[in-house]
This record gives sequence, C-alpha cells and structure tokens, in this order.
Amino acid sequence: MTLIQLANPSRVLALSERALPWLIAATVLAFVVGGVQAWLAPDDYQQGATVKIMFIHVPAAWLGIFCWLLMSIAALGTLVWRHPLADVAAKAAAPIGAAFTLICLLTGALWGRPMWGAYWVWDARLTSVLVLFLMYLAVIALWRTIEDPTRAARAVAVFTLVGAINIPIIKFSVDWWNTLHQGASVLRLGGSTIHPSILIPLIAMLVAFTLLFLTLHLAAMHNEILRRRLRTMLMMQAAAAR
Amino acid sequence: MTAATTLGPYAAFILIAYAAAIAIVAGLVAWVVLDRRHLIRLIAEVEARGATRRSRREREEKS
Repeated sequence: MTLIQLANPSRVLALSERALPWLIAATVLAFVVGGVQAWLAPDDYQQGATVKIMFIHVPAAWLGIFCWLLMSIAALGTLVWRHPLADVAAKAAAPIGAAFTLICLLTGALWGRPMWGAYWVWDARLTSVLVLFLMYLAVIALWRTIEDPTRAARAVAVFTLVGAINIPIIKFSVDWWNTLHQGASVLRLGGSTIHPSILIPLIAMLVAFTLLFLTLHLAAMHNEILRRRLRTMLMMQAAAAR
Repeated sequence: MTAATTLGPYAAFILIAYAAAIAIVAGLVAWVVLDRRHLIRLIAEVEARGATRRSRREREEKS
C-alpha cells in the first residue's frame, strides 16, 4: 500500500482521534518547560528584559513561514496528485498561518517601539512579512469565495505556489537590503550568535510553538474532513429528495 | 516583587506582547473546538433525518 493510498480521510480521522490527546499533552508540557525557561532567562546586555519578546516573536515568525511551506507542499499534492487530503491540509493550515504571522507582526511592533523608537518601519523584512500576512488573508478569502472545494483548492494551490517566492525574500531580506531589522542570528552559517542562556529557552519555545501548530493543524484537518462529509451528506439528501 | 518591576521600564510592552499572543492562540483554540462541536451537531442532525454516509451505506448493504 502506497503512502498516498494510506492518506485517506477516514484514516486521518481515526489517526487524529488517537493522536490529538497525546499532542495536546506534549504541547502543554513543552509550554510549561519553555515558559519557565523563558521567564528565568537573563536580560540581554543591550535590550534588557525586552529580549523576552523574542521567545514568542521568533517562534511565531518561524511558524508563519513554515505554514506557507507546508501549504506549498500541499499545493503540489493538489495539482500533481489531485489528492483531496492535500486540499484539506492546505485549507486547515491557512487560518493558523495567518494567526501566527499576526502574532509575529504584533510582537515585532511591540519590541520595535522600545528598541528602535518606532512600532513600524517600511524595511524589507517587516514589509515582506506583512505581505505574507496579506497573502494568508487572500488564501482564506479564496477558499470562502469559490463554493466548489475542488475548484477552490486548485485556485488556492496556484496562488500558494506563486506566493512561495515571498519565503526566500523574507529569509534573505536582511542580507539583500539594508534593513533596520537585525540579520539572522539563530539559523546561520557559522552557528548561532545568541548566548546559550537565551538560545536554549528560545529553542524550547520553538519546540512548544511547533507542537502547538501540529496540534491545531491536525484538529483543523479533522474538522475540515467532517465539513466535507457533511457537505456530501447534504448533497446526497438533496438529490434523493428530487 | 511584581512582574512589572522585574521586567524593567519596558514591562508594559513585554506584557502586552504576551497577552496579545495568548489571546490570538486562545482564539485559534476556540475556533477549532467550537467548529468541531458545531459540525458534529450538524452531522448528527442530518443523520437523524435519515441521511447516511456513502461508505456506511455500502458497508450496510454488503452485510
């Protein structure tokens, strides 16, 4: 049996029923560990206690980008294999990606005001992340505008793959342009520039946020499969009533 | 010592950032939970009207 045959909606429903309680428990535990480490982390020698905003800002930024990458893989599943589960995964991911990108923008603004003296500047990193947020809203709007889920999935898939060009722009914006936003300090050639006393809590929070994303995404996929099941039942009922 | 004094002069920015993140995540969790309850209720209503899933009907016909 191939992976594509294994990935059918009924199996995902059964899998999510079994996996969700464990994922929820792991997420809560990871947030307790990460939260305590973030609270106990020392202040930065330049930024003071505002460095604590990093423990939510960086994971939210990572998930905003990761979610679009996941939607891009799902878009390939929609366009190449026409797999309905790829549509489900993409649709369930969009609001979650939008929410994490919004957290990234808000926490960035609240970190920027005390450090830069401004909530917002039109530099390449901030602007490209704002574009990412607007693209998420466009994807959600597309899903809602086109009634037929199969047609909507194809339109969203094309838009998602075109929009994926923004991901390297976000990542390398701080290298390609002169930005107020700092350069890469976690994932970079030559290793992280962050002291372990702050890097370890940051990694703990990255793990916790990623688990939260996986939990929410699986739960949202479960809901989307139920929604499609309900739609089919209503259509069959309407056809039988004719 | 309160959180505000521990967090220094920019405590308000830090606390608002965390509050905003918690509020947005809580919104996401509420969306997922309420949506699930709503869908399960609707499916139960439709099934009560006699509609069945194609897979279930096929299973029942076989048995």
